Amino acid sequence: MAVQKLPLAKAINESLRVALETDPKVLIMGEDVGKLGGVFRVTDGLQKDFGEDRVIDTPLAESGIVGTAIGLALRGYRPVVEIQFDGFVFPAYDQIVTQLAKMHARALGKIKMPVVIRIPYGGGIGAVEHHSESPEALFAHVAGLKIVSPSTSADGYWMMQQAIQSDDPIIFFEPKRRYWDKGEVDNEAIPGPLHKARVTQAGTDVTLAAYGPMVKVCLEAAAAAAEEGRSVEVLDLRSMSPIDFDTIQTSVEKTRRLVVVHEAPVFYGSGAEIAARITERSFYHLEAPVLRVGGFHAPYPPARLEEEYLPGLDRVLDAVDRSLAY
Amino acid sequence: MTVESTAAARKPRRSSGTKRAGAKTTPQPKASEPQLVQLLTPEGERVKNDEYDGFVADITPESLRGLYRDMVLTRRFDAEATSLQRQGELGLWASLLGQEAAQIGSGRALRDEDYVFPTYREHGVAWCRGVDPTNLLGMFRGVNHGGWDPKTNNFHLYTIVIGSQTLHATGYAMGVAKDGADSAVIAYFGDGASSQGDVAESFTFSAVYNAPVVFFCQNNQWAISEPTEKQMRVPLYQRAQGFGFPGVRVDGNDVLACLAVTRAALERARSGEGPMLVEAFTYRMGAHTTSDDPTKYRADEEREAWEAKDPILRLRAYLERESAADEAFFAALEKESEALGRRVREAVRAMPDPDHMAIFEHVYADGHALVDEERAQFAAYEASFADSGSDAGSVEEDK
Ligand SMILES: Cc1ncc(C[n+]2csc(CCOP(=O)(O)OP(=O)(O)O)c2C)c(N)n1
Ligand SMILES: [Mg+2]
Repeated sequence: MAVQKLPLAKAINESLRVALETDPKVLIMGEDVGKLGGVFRVTDGLQKDFGEDRVIDTPLAESGIVGTAIGLALRGYRPVVEIQFDGFVFPAYDQIVTQLAKMHARALGKIKMPVVIRIPYGGGIGAVEHHSESPEALFAHVAGLKIVSPSTSADGYWMMQQAIQSDDPIIFFEPKRRYWDKGEVDNEAIPGPLHKARVTQAGTDVTLAAYGPMVKVCLEAAAAAAEEGRSVEVLDLRSMSPIDFDTIQTSVEKTRRLVVVHEAPVFYGSGAEIAARITERSFYHLEAPVLRVGGFHAPYPPARLEEEYLPGLDRVLDAVDRSLAY
Repeated sequence: MTVESTAAARKPRRSSGTKRAGAKTTPQPKASEPQLVQLLTPEGERVKNDEYDGFVADITPESLRGLYRDMVLTRRFDAEATSLQRQGELGLWASLLGQEAAQIGSGRALRDEDYVFPTYREHGVAWCRGVDPTNLLGMFRGVNHGGWDPKTNNFHLYTIVIGSQTLHATGYAMGVAKDGADSAVIAYFGDGASSQGDVAESFTFSAVYNAPVVFFCQNNQWAISEPTEKQMRVPLYQRAQGFGFPGVRVDGNDVLACLAVTRAALERARSGEGPMLVEAFTYRMGAHTTSDDPTKYRADEEREAWEAKDPILRLRAYLERESAADEAFFAALEKESEALGRRVREAVRAMPDPDHMAIFEHVYADGHALVDEERAQFAAYEASFADSGSDAGSVEEDK
């Protein structure tokens, strides 16, 4: 295939296909992942080609899905499970937090948990309740889990390969409103490390750090700011646990200003962690406090309010202005 | 576990045929032939049923016409909602097409003081409770998360997280029992939901506390793309027995049978005999929701076979057979149905978008400092656009 232009959903699909082809221990599990190919078609065609033993339509029970994935991993399999929507991961939260995250440590390293939990997350698709949430911080708080989120098709493809190869449990947050965005995927490229941030756009005046669905918004904000003569650097963090603080630090020590952007509520969000760490690391370089743009401390609103709730271009630019005003 | 597996290192891995030495033969669970309560055949013939006839002995031609009207109007409302979604007026719709008898039969079995916990598809039950149909559409349009006061009609909000409400129903029923009240609770759920831990836990709790709750499962044969064999290997109603309460399967396309069986179950609950599981055997005639494409996973023939069992045609055949309704009745109902469609259409189109500040409303009953702070900040932020004459919400698109 070499270089191809693929939507994010299709890039992840191709990546899962490669994993199923190359490692007989890889399994796909979840609700409606078989014939239907998942509600977003991320597993489209996989059951047809790899059979019901490897691409498994599970009963409607998330705790069951993750709990049995743990058992399969104990038995040497590498399950890649799908949670249909962000808001439906919570029946599995107990299995993820009390079992999946801690199994390796409890067994003094003798057991590995190569489980990938794919979760389409975030808003912007006009959905009903529980279909638009960004619960990454609820998982990042738990030691033993790694959390990543691709923002491009190439990352969707490569980060999924790397997540499946990892011996640690990984929550793979897929920005659902970007599923249909196309990007180039080179399946012969040599990918960088899974948990390393990327400077998506270089700039000198202020750094915007984002991941998943908000990277695109930040790039648009940078373009709008450029028209006003401001040079904005955009970082795609790609990993929320671990976080590549070195890359953020390098950027901030150049621009001296940092705005962290995510859809998830700001209160206790990943922006808080980044702000605290960067303030410690780069205190004397900062010209302004680290600012955060994100969701409010309120339930995700009904669809006709999500444009107001979600941090858009203007909210990001407003924060850029506020940072530069210090 | 590990001790046993090392000790058993040389044992055959699979137990197919081979038994472990000393292991007792345990009885294999075997599904007995499912029994189906039916009072009306698909052709609309009344069949006798000694156990349940008594529960519909009071049914008159007039009440039959009432059930028919309920089903027709519910279907009309549902069709209107589907087309409103197609026209972009609703973001999503979950159609109840095919499940009218299960919902109207069970819904009409309830008394006012009984309490209902629905899923997201119980539009027919909502109708029976007197919830205005247009109120159901707010959440599907995206203007609220459920636009009715559950206490007005004893009809709880729709629950989207599969199975959760069965525990709420059980707890509510535990409260009813503690209060010594003479009412019952009904929890709706689907065949797919029956796999959730919450549902199993609700069975356990209700049995242990002898809670006056009826679990009403609409087995519509599908959970999105998954057929029932992906959820269960014995007929669902038989599961109740293991929890210690009775289960019964009823023809979910037979409104009379659904009415009788649900009345019986509610009566049992009210009289302190505890929970009961009713499995209404029916079919989801449409897509899972308007976002779904069932051609990906199921055959047309299956749907066609169920068309012959249509709940509305069945009752109509019975009404005609019994001369319980005349042409004038059907014609008047047709008119009423059109008027309902029109009213719903107009009401939805007139439904205003919520005020932006609604994001911060009702987050807490007693208030919260951070919510107040964010509300004030957001108000100031929005106001900053008012000066420049552009609306904050649309700036993004203008660029
Ligand atoms: C906890 C949870 N997991 C997944 C979903 C996504 N989902 C919505 S409806 C549905 C299928 C439900 O099937 P069933 O219980 O049979 O009810 P039906 O839709 O057929 O009425 C699924 C998987 C959800 N809403 N909640
Ligand atoms: Mg179902």
